[in-house]
Amino acid sequence: MNKTAATFCRLKAKKSNLPSQGSVFLAALAREGRLQVRRRGDLLNPLVFFALVVVLFPLGISPTEEILAPVAPGVLWVAALLAVLMSLDALFRPDLMDGSLEQQQLSGYSLAALAMAKLAVHWLLTSLPLILLSPFLGIMLYLPWEAQGVLLLSLLLGSLALSLVGGIGAALTAGLGKSGVLMTLLVLPFYIPVLIFGTGAMQTAISGGNALPHLALLGALAALALTLAPWAIAAGLRITLSGE
Amino acid sequence: MSESASKPPLLTVRQLDCERDERQLFSSLDLDIYPGDLLQLEGPNGAGKTSLLRVLAGLLPASSGEVFWQGEPVKQVSDDYYRSLVFIGHLAGIKPELTPLENLRWYAALEGFTQEEDLEKALVGVGLSGFEDQPCHQLSAGQKRRVALARLLFTQRPLWLLDEPFTALDKEGVAAMEALLVAHVADGGAIILTSHHALENLPGLKKLRLGKLAGDNHE
Repeated sequence: MNKTAATFCRLKAKKSNLPSQGSVFLAALAREGRLQVRRRGDLLNPLVFFALVVVLFPLGISPTEEILAPVAPGVLWVAALLAVLMSLDALFRPDLMDGSLEQQQLSGYSLAALAMAKLAVHWLLTSLPLILLSPFLGIMLYLPWEAQGVLLLSLLLGSLALSLVGGIGAALTAGLGKSGVLMTLLVLPFYIPVLIFGTGAMQTAISGGNALPHLALLGALAALALTLAPWAIAAGLRITLSGE
Repeated sequence: MSESASKPPLLTVRQLDCERDERQLFSSLDLDIYPGDLLQLEGPNGAGKTSLLRVLAGLLPASSGEVFWQGEPVKQVSDDYYRSLVFIGHLAGIKPELTPLENLRWYAALEGFTQEEDLEKALVGVGLSGFEDQPCHQLSAGQKRRVALARLLFTQRPLWLLDEPFTALDKEGVAAMEALLVAHVADGGAIILTSHHALENLPGLKKLRLGKLAGDNHE
């Protein structure tokens, strides 16, 4: 084969078996991981936003414990919720713009599974760091120690639901250019229960009650989102694609 | 493949209508694509060439009519159909952040084709040796197109739907690409493509002119 000129010669046909859905899912995870790590800026943005809101809040109100401690759950949760929402806006748009999305639809493998691979990587690289950062920011807001565990757990369960539901909004609005506002309007009503149960769990823990019922409800929301969102996301992506 | 005389068609199109924004692009389109067919869609800009390819690929819903894959409605055998199909559209499906090799690895994984040295060979084959490890956003338009086309060197899928595959390719690339098309149909594959290049010298080329039926709607 000529090394310099393009020959476009077909490679020798090797009969390869069609890969299973599982191995394609793993390949998609690897590709998404590599892709999202290359876009470091996009990963850092929500994290910086989350930290900044929580750091600036005491400066704007008052850095005293009597004022900060009661609002700490709300501030942490609202900031985390908005950071997750913000990070999801551009989830599928680049894929739509460069044609990767239509190739996924045409791959012959479940679009829902491929979208979930993307969302899983995204959660791992944006939501998880944010959750791990939250206890430190909690300390800055005089969050009592006994509420730290509940903060982690509620954000862990809550962010799953937020990511999955936000993914539906991102899928539906990917084709609409800069669609931040529409996506927010679509998704926010579904975020409110998550916010209520999340802050509820923390407030109960702070006042010495049992946070388990709230956490169980959050878990139920996450489980519901996990079962329904993949199909909704795939349907949303198909609608977006047929409009191109 | 069965004996050449009685091959069943790979792709059958019956009474296909397509409307976009209340404009009739084509109507009552019948089409049979057999193994070994090389079909070029022709027509002025806006005649519906790309739309037809997207309808065939199932990316765009047809207003009416049906597409059959090996005799079965595509909707019922969509996984089979998609696993037999390569579609390369205006958008190349190439990730600018990834290197050509990483881009190709994904498309290879979709076909269970994982030999790393073969992927490198494919990149050499499209004239990208030395660019394997550069992110694609540093490549020229023609080089990106070559990354997308490199898939065609190893794919086992019989049906190729190519939308302007020669865009941004240089002369030498166009000639090499034409040879690849001929080789694929000689292997029993089938190709439907749109192109403004004159492909007259390709053996067995068939043409379908769009935009005649609805000619009044066009300027």
